[in-house]
Amino acid sequence: MIYLSFNKIIIIIIIILCKIFYSIRRRNRQKRVENNIQHPLSPADAPPLPISESADADAAAASSTTITTMFRQASRLLARSINQQPKMMARAFSTDVPATPTVDSTFVESWKKVIPNMEPPKTPLTFMQPRPSTPSTIPSKLTVNFVLPYASELSSKEVDMVIVPATTGQMGVLPGHVPTIAELKPGVLSVHEGNDVTKYFLSSGFAFIHANSVADIIAIEAVPIDQIDQSLVQKGLAEFTQKLSTATTDLEKAEAQIGVDVHSALNSALTG
Amino acid sequence: MAMAALRREGRRFAAPLISPQPIRSSLIAEEQAPLGVRSISTQVVRNRMKSVKNIQKITKAMKMVAASKLRAIQTRAENSRGLWQPFTALLGDAPSVDVKKNVIVTISSDKGLCGGINSTSVKISKAMHKLTAGPEKETKYVILGEKAKAQLIRDSKKDIELSITELQKNPLNYTQVSVLADDILKNVEYDALRIIFNKFHSVVSFLPTMSTVLSPEVVEREAESGGKLGDLDSYEIEGGETKGEILQNLAEFQFSCVLFNAVLENACSEQGARMSAMDSSSRNAGEMLDRLTLTYNRTRQASITTELIEIISGASALEG
Repeated sequence: MIYLSFNKIIIIIIIILCKIFYSIRRRNRQKRVENNIQHPLSPADAPPLPISESADADAAAASSTTITTMFRQASRLLARSINQQPKMMARAFSTDVPATPTVDSTFVESWKKVIPNMEPPKTPLTFMQPRPSTPSTIPSKLTVNFVLPYASELSSKEVDMVIVPATTGQMGVLPGHVPTIAELKPGVLSVHEGNDVTKYFLSSGFAFIHANSVADIIAIEAVPIDQIDQSLVQKGLAEFTQKLSTATTDLEKAEAQIGVDVHSALNSALTG
Repeated sequence: MAMAALRREGRRFAAPLISPQPIRSSLIAEEQAPLGVRSISTQVVRNRMKSVKNIQKITKAMKMVAASKLRAIQTRAENSRGLWQPFTALLGDAPSVDVKKNVIVTISSDKGLCGGINSTSVKISKAMHKLTAGPEKETKYVILGEKAKAQLIRDSKKDIELSITELQKNPLNYTQVSVLADDILKNVEYDALRIIFNKFHSVVSFLPTMSTVLSPEVVEREAESGGKLGDLDSYEIEGGETKGEILQNLAEFQFSCVLFNAVLENACSEQGARMSAMDSSSRNAGEMLDRLTLTYNRTRQASITTELIEIISGASALEG
């Protein structure tokens, strides 16, 4: 059995998912272009329509080429799909320095002893928004931070419950949950607030639940379930099952296995 | 007396006669005339003015290009800021951790003309190397970007483990950085990874920052000894067979997330620094152009006056 590092597994999952998600984003962009003609113009909206045809052909060809070209195609597809989301919000002067910056004093002291003339570099602690401390009673709401590399989907949102797709199965998290570190597999994240339930399909990642009823969910790709195309999922599932049976090397077997897992998870997400 | 004056006049006449059409040439253009003509040349100053004006135009254009690139990448960098916060919330931040194998990952740009950010990163990397040096300890470099490589290769060539360039050929995205992180983790033995980059605070201020990622063994050791990571043991582990396996995955994931944010922030800082460098450059070029224009006018007027004096004194010598 081949050993694949965590990052490698994530990369393979992203490449598999991006083919599906790219067509979703393309459909969204077309809808957006039709609806918002007076939208403050992101000039990138015009080019994607002709480019996406070739990108789809590229994506199809990519699956039959070697790993490195797959990565390059994926990065190009992802880059294009990411760059075309217009974000027209007013930007603050400095977005994430908290009011009272905390500094690691031992580091600063040891720095000053050896290098007295230079300012020590800042550390992430200075830029960290302080977290609430552990309350004595169980709070009524769970604070969820759901982050992706390209956006913070939910930041400090108060909800009643979340269900995360851990590797050991769907795990429900309520306020006052035991502190946990959970590794996630590709699956459905559902956020319950009152009577609304929002479901996202996640690629893998991690979820941390802290003692102060704050849940951090870090994933790489997330798409609302209603935007996933059933036919593409079925096609992908068939393609990867076939690849699994014809795979020769350990690496190919592992990749095909991951593809089958991801697509069956997508399938069950759509049906379940 | 008159003979001497005549001889003087003769000399003054002789000079203009030698050069071809002297009077006309001094009126038409102040060219660099052949020997014997006394008009001062403005050609040199004019050449300088032309080149300084070109420099001003080029740097102004570079500033606008940098400003548009900055706008594009700033939104992405700000969106990625949520990515490293959960890890710091869980594992805390321990820059003063004492380990045997340190790896310093220095992030810099490939292109120049971006002010002092690359030198700052390199200075801090060298300082960290000094700080973490000691008996039985080794510190290695992993360099991202051409500029830091050029500076570090001069005196720390044997300490450079890996160097990666042309990072920004394709727009930055997570997959690319993840592949990079995987490469680094596979080829380099580490107990602690220290990522040094310039964090984008605002268009005119960039803060050199250092993020620390610890290897799973060091995390376990710190958790046992208490301190910031002390309550890591209170966390239940879901998934995987052993805690060690999860911590391994966590460390890899943390490194690729932190590296992604660091690379984006550094790219942002690079564009911002380039914008301000080009802005000050075009302003300096403008000032230089003003000074050169004054010199040019003075030179031109002086040469006209000299010609006039010669003509008038020659004419008055003829009459009287």
